[in-house]
Amino acid sequence: MVTVRYGTHTCELKEGESLLDGLLRHGVPVAHACKAGSCGSCLLRSVEGQVPPSAQAGLKDSWKARGYFLACVCHPTGDLIAEPGGSDIRIAATITALDHLTHDVVRVHLACQAPFDFRPGQYLTLFRDDGLARSYSIANLPEEREIELHVRRVPNGRMSGWLFEGARTGAQVQLQGPSGECFYVPGRQDQPILLIATGTGLAPLYGIVRDALRSGHRGPIHLFHGATRPEGLYLAKELAAMSAAHGNMSYTACVLQADAPGPFEIGQIGQVVASRFSELDGWRGFVCGDPSVVRSLKQQLFLAGMAMRDIYTDAFLPSAA
Amino acid sequence: MHSKCIFLPTANSTLFDQLGGQAAVEAAVDNFYRKVLKDDRVSHFFDAVDMDRQRAKQKAFLTMAFGGPHNYSGKDMRTGHAHLVARGLNDSHVDAIIELLGGTLRDMGVQEALIQQVAAIAESTRNDVLNR
Ligand SMILES: Cc1cc2nc3c(=O)[nH]c(=O)nc-3n(C[C@H](O)[C@H](O)[C@H](O)COP(=O)(O)OP(=O)(O)OC[C@H]3O[C@@H](n4cnc5c(N)ncnc54)[C@H](O)[C@@H]3O)c2cc1C
Repeated sequence: MVTVRYGTHTCELKEGESLLDGLLRHGVPVAHACKAGSCGSCLLRSVEGQVPPSAQAGLKDSWKARGYFLACVCHPTGDLIAEPGGSDIRIAATITALDHLTHDVVRVHLACQAPFDFRPGQYLTLFRDDGLARSYSIANLPEEREIELHVRRVPNGRMSGWLFEGARTGAQVQLQGPSGECFYVPGRQDQPILLIATGTGLAPLYGIVRDALRSGHRGPIHLFHGATRPEGLYLAKELAAMSAAHGNMSYTACVLQADAPGPFEIGQIGQVVASRFSELDGWRGFVCGDPSVVRSLKQQLFLAGMAMRDIYTDAFLPSAA
Repeated sequence: MHSKCIFLPTANSTLFDQLGGQAAVEAAVDNFYRKVLKDDRVSHFFDAVDMDRQRAKQKAFLTMAFGGPHNYSGKDMRTGHAHLVARGLNDSHVDAIIELLGGTLRDMGVQEALIQQVAAIAESTRNDVLNR
């Protein structure tokens, strides 16, 4: 039986239980969201004892060296003393703008009080002052002064609901990260690129597509954005203008249902993409947004010939209970 | 603890070398995984949530079938496939996998004699895979 000490709490882990689940079972408050080792909300620091390497997978080396690990994927084999992680690796930021782009998408601008380095398309963990933490993808380029996030309002969503109507400009939050492997890597500049987003999955792709263009990517770049209805599309004007300004970039909006025709395709996004591009051998792909759509599109791109190592995805996994 | 077996070929140039080693595995794995996903006989056994992890498993399998260094034991094969046997995995599926494996190697232009050797290694795992 493994015993874990965390602050003033001591608890024994059950067989197969993660450190996070053990602490939560004992009523110990620990910030968490995805429970799948991706969002970084439950980052803790080990003070004593051995942390299994799998609990540090994907963390920055400098964080690993300081004993940071993710509690949700930590299954310690021996006793461990841990403490809350974070304050030395989180940076403070101020909400500077909250723009409602559609009935359920708000664009959040954040001014960081310390430099925050990232690759466009990566995501960060946003901490509210009460400790609530959620992952959001970064939509801006590093040289732009403020961080830009696109947040979709989830019914009864604690963080998204707050950002949508509770939060005010001037509010203080904390940022941790960045994380994620879904970004443009310079090189192979003639390779065709396909980017597909549903909903706010557009956020990382909005950064990635601009990153590819400013890096001088020469191959065709095709961006598809899907929404349920036309009023769910956003940044359509900006993307159409981007396409007009760059001969190798195209933008296709896509909706499931519409009352009247418009500047969009009507249909399931996977089918719209397949009707345009069915042979993807040698292409690079980026897919972000709803997890089930990401999963099926990833398989679609792979079966159409895209190499697995050329497919970059971020599934917006909901927080786990 | 069950001891791990490592395939140690005796010929001067091993099957694995003749096929092109780890680079050949890397070149084959997407092709093989795609064939498996497109084949109605077996695709449902491979329809994983995590495609990257599923691909890694295919890579380990190909490394073994190509005669490369691996650390599968018969016991690993058994425990690794028990849940699939419970879902109906049987000889016809093993046949299909060996056929698709051959198809992948043919796509890569590998000679029939080598393909037969790969098929024989895959064949040698049949009883463990099917938990018999
Ligand atoms: C890597 C990563 C990147 C992400 N990037 C973004 C981003 O750029 N923009 C963005 O808007 N979101 C993004 N998300 C999702 C985001 O982290 C939150 O999960 C989301 O904002 C909901 O949080 P909440 O606190 O508002 O809802 P919660 O209070 O956590 O959830 C409220 C209820 O809604 C359910 N629920 C949560 N999400 C969904 C959903 N998508 N569909 C249906 N039900 C749901 C919950 O299970 C719960 O019952 C990302 C997630 C991950 C893992």
